[in-house]
Amino acid sequence: MALAFDEFGRPFIIIKEQEQKTRLRGLDAQKANISAGKAVARILRTSLGPKGMDKMLQSPDGDVTITNDGATILEQMDVDNQIAKLMVELSRSQDYEIGDGTTGVVVMAGALLEHAERLLERGIHPIRVAEGYEMASRIAVEHLERIAHKFEFSLTNVESLVQTCMTTLSSKIVNRCKRSLAEIAVNAVMAVADLERKDVNLDLIKVEGKVGGKLEDTELIYGILVDKEMSHPQMPKQIEDAKIAILTCPFEPPKPKTKHKVDIDTVEKFQNLRQQEQKYFDDMVQQCKDVGATLVICQWGFDDEANHLLLHRNLPAVRWVGGVELELIAIATGGMIVPRFQELTPEKLGKAGLVREKSFGTTKDRMIYIEHCANSRAVTIFIRGGNKMMIEETKRSIHDALCVARNLIRNNSIVYGGGAAEISFSLAVEAGADRYPGVEQYAIRAFADALDAIPMALAENSGLQPIETLFAVKSQQTKEDNPCCGIDCNDVGTNDMHEQNVFETLIGKQQQILLATQVVKMILKIDDVISPSDY
Amino acid sequence: MAIESLFKDEATEEKGERARMASFIGAMAIADLVKTTLGPKGMDKILQSTGRGRSVTVTNDGATILKSLHIDNPAAKVLVDISKVQDDEVGDGTTSVVVLAGELLREAEKLVATKIHPMTIIAGYRIAAECARDALLQRVRDNKEDAEKFKADLMKIAMTTLSSKILSQDKEHFAKLAVDAVMRLKGSTNLESIQIIKKPGGSLKDSFLDEGFILDKKIGIGQPKRIENAKILVANTAMDTDKVKIYGARVRADSMSRVAEIETAEKEKMREKVQKIIAHGINCFVNRQLIYNFPEELFADAGILAIEHADFDGIERLALVTGGEIASTFDNPESVKLGHCKLIEEIMIGEDKLIHFSGVEMGQACTIVLRGASNHVLDEAERSLHDALCVLSQTVNDSRVLLGGGWPEMVMAKAVDELARKTPGKKSLAIEAFSRALIAIPTIIADNAGLDSADLVAQLRAEHHKETSNAGIDVISGSVGDMAELGISEAFKVKQAVLLSATEAAEMILRVDEIITCAPRRREGM
Repeated sequence: MALAFDEFGRPFIIIKEQEQKTRLRGLDAQKANISAGKAVARILRTSLGPKGMDKMLQSPDGDVTITNDGATILEQMDVDNQIAKLMVELSRSQDYEIGDGTTGVVVMAGALLEHAERLLERGIHPIRVAEGYEMASRIAVEHLERIAHKFEFSLTNVESLVQTCMTTLSSKIVNRCKRSLAEIAVNAVMAVADLERKDVNLDLIKVEGKVGGKLEDTELIYGILVDKEMSHPQMPKQIEDAKIAILTCPFEPPKPKTKHKVDIDTVEKFQNLRQQEQKYFDDMVQQCKDVGATLVICQWGFDDEANHLLLHRNLPAVRWVGGVELELIAIATGGMIVPRFQELTPEKLGKAGLVREKSFGTTKDRMIYIEHCANSRAVTIFIRGGNKMMIEETKRSIHDALCVARNLIRNNSIVYGGGAAEISFSLAVEAGADRYPGVEQYAIRAFADALDAIPMALAENSGLQPIETLFAVKSQQTKEDNPCCGIDCNDVGTNDMHEQNVFETLIGKQQQILLATQVVKMILKIDDVISPSDY
Repeated sequence: MAIESLFKDEATEEKGERARMASFIGAMAIADLVKTTLGPKGMDKILQSTGRGRSVTVTNDGATILKSLHIDNPAAKVLVDISKVQDDEVGDGTTSVVVLAGELLREAEKLVATKIHPMTIIAGYRIAAECARDALLQRVRDNKEDAEKFKADLMKIAMTTLSSKILSQDKEHFAKLAVDAVMRLKGSTNLESIQIIKKPGGSLKDSFLDEGFILDKKIGIGQPKRIENAKILVANTAMDTDKVKIYGARVRADSMSRVAEIETAEKEKMREKVQKIIAHGINCFVNRQLIYNFPEELFADAGILAIEHADFDGIERLALVTGGEIASTFDNPESVKLGHCKLIEEIMIGEDKLIHFSGVEMGQACTIVLRGASNHVLDEAERSLHDALCVLSQTVNDSRVLLGGGWPEMVMAKAVDELARKTPGKKSLAIEAFSRALIAIPTIIADNAGLDSADLVAQLRAEHHKETSNAGIDVISGSVGDMAELGISEAFKVKQAVLLSATEAAEMILRVDEIITCAPRRREGM
């Protein structure tokens, strides 16, 4: 195998310590890879769609996560297999790029692999299969553009955005109040969206969660929520028309970077130094006061003395605010982050209509709300829920919904959900296959078949007869030439996704096809797996 | 083939029915564990810690029990978590929420066994929970307008909460303590300002509420033991040696005389600081940090009572009570707000000397001194009292009140049952199951009290068939009684939180069809 012979006919070894490595080659390697990919897809298959089930994951430290989000499931699964890791990467890149459809992309890749395996068994070369898939994906993407609808929305008319977000949320545990959550997500995105550049910076949306209360209490705050409290218990809990000094320097004597020593050798020096120190504190507070600040937000801690001086001069302060939060506060209030006291000027102060401290529950939990900011471009979504896992899952769901809304602002094309898009381009690929001569045609056909896997899984998860339902819908699509027919997961009674208001974003779907095809191509091209043995 | 090595070694995966079974069993085991503590006749548990000393806790509080368990089952962890949240959020009902979630899952298991899809069960549960909540909302009473009645309500709630705890013998006494303490808060939910001091000795009945403030500290030697019309400066400052805070400063002396000089300067500095503090015109000085002998002596000379090392909570409370501010610099004596109180004296509780501040300006804070036979009793008493205080402070804000003794469960069960009959489709089975799970709670209460639960619950159902019945289980006499007459009340907020979190948790566990457990992280030295 890995033996070669030199010119004298003596064998020598190319790969060192061969017997300690496990090695798979040729068809075996491909089959092993495909079955690993399929195994991952099989885990996610049941999570697809509005009636999909959740997975419970226990981390190495014993923490429990319950989720329906494909990317999260795969990330937390302790995957060891290389190919399985590729699938994990796949869903992660879908998550980064689009944010939604992370389950779908893996299921699609799994189905493509499954059909590729059959072709390989017939002796078709993997590269030919890969090429066929590539062509098919091109047909599918083009077809998608054709069937996509554009819809109009404006700052005042966001109904269609809300509908699309609701489709995303309906597969999560939060679907009990998907309407309100979708509205929150859309409003949040609209608040920070730059409609001219068609871009949304999701960093401006902060998602905070706190256990307790119920899901219905989740709210959108036009401002920033900081999980901190006033540095001194006796500072005022509510400040109106606050002028905020945002500092990244501690209320402490300076610590120069260069090494230095201050020697005290006489009594005078000792006293001098002490006065200096006191003056220093006094100056710091005075500088803040002089520029007219009524609230100090600081990234670092304060000395006890500084703290008291602040209280004394009636200057409320918040300490140990994280860097990200600090930036958000600066954006929201229109202030500048000031790294040195000397540089404080009145123009650099941020402005907020109302800053208040609110306490929760029976324990000493307090949070600071900064609202009515000068620039309402930064918002916070504050999630409440019965337990920690619920909050985490809601955070993930909201993130998905936010991504969907952002994608729609970037590109307002939609396709129909509920498997309608998949069925439609499966038909298109099937029809397009005939135009390609050669072995690739087989692969294109297989691609079309594989695309059926998603509506099939949807139907299966919803408790419908998968094959029967799928082909009924398929024939309906061909007969009526209506790409809006999908699987009726919610038992509404109509197959028309347009009526059910089930939408998905065009770029999300396109990205799914492209990513899945790419990964499958990559997996098919591998014909040799060399892994070091356990040591 | 390669599928076996999909996961890392030791990582396990359970699918479908097996996964569901594992979570049902785990959740029900937890529910059964705490089940026996429910209700006024519920039993306590002994918890022995694995830490050093094998310390023992005797408790009846669901959250405390569950917190101390080492659990491996992920579904069980969900239940522990909801109980913790219930504790943080409303303080009471920690056992009920777990038991209700357990019962919901038990019913769900039966439905799953008859081939009903978990999603259908979830849909049914959701409708049922909504309906149950509406039913409760219709029957709440709100006595916020009438202060007298409201206070009576609070009293009843406190007694109901305490009746299942170790304090049940003296529940009237403690209910009064709790209500008084909470009324002083005037609507704030900050329980920090109610201080609970535990002193072993005496009996539970000797516990009392003190309007003033008690600090668990001794007065320094040679300082006045009693001050009238005290002016108090509350401080958080170093009273040992004032460190030079400028970075990199160090003392370098080249002769003994220099060292001595600097030492004097240091002493001088401290003396100055003390002088400044004295210049505030105070006669009592409370510091969070240590006070060294030297400044203490200076204070004693000036006839000032100096108290050192009061913990941070104590300082905050003291500042709150006396109306002073917590000071760290002392350069502007005229503008520092001083705290005032009529009298500071040393008092004895049992064998310990404590400092008592009475006649304070701000009435918000108060101290409850608990007395009891042993530390275990005191700990449990504190937990019980804490529960009662939590519930009361929440009720002050949300004054809606329900009857107790299984009454709310029966009302909900009735409404849910009626809904089930009206609902077409498989969901109605799930809704019916929800109603059965609700009835399980009065059943368990009766069982725990050693009563014939089947008989009692049947009577209760019949009673509730009439409109506007007030019937509930009277555990003391072992029969069905009128809860309004018996004065057994519960806070609406607690019941609502129990209902919603239990349904949410049950739903979460039901939705799971696969459990993936990662390999436990290897710890060093294992």
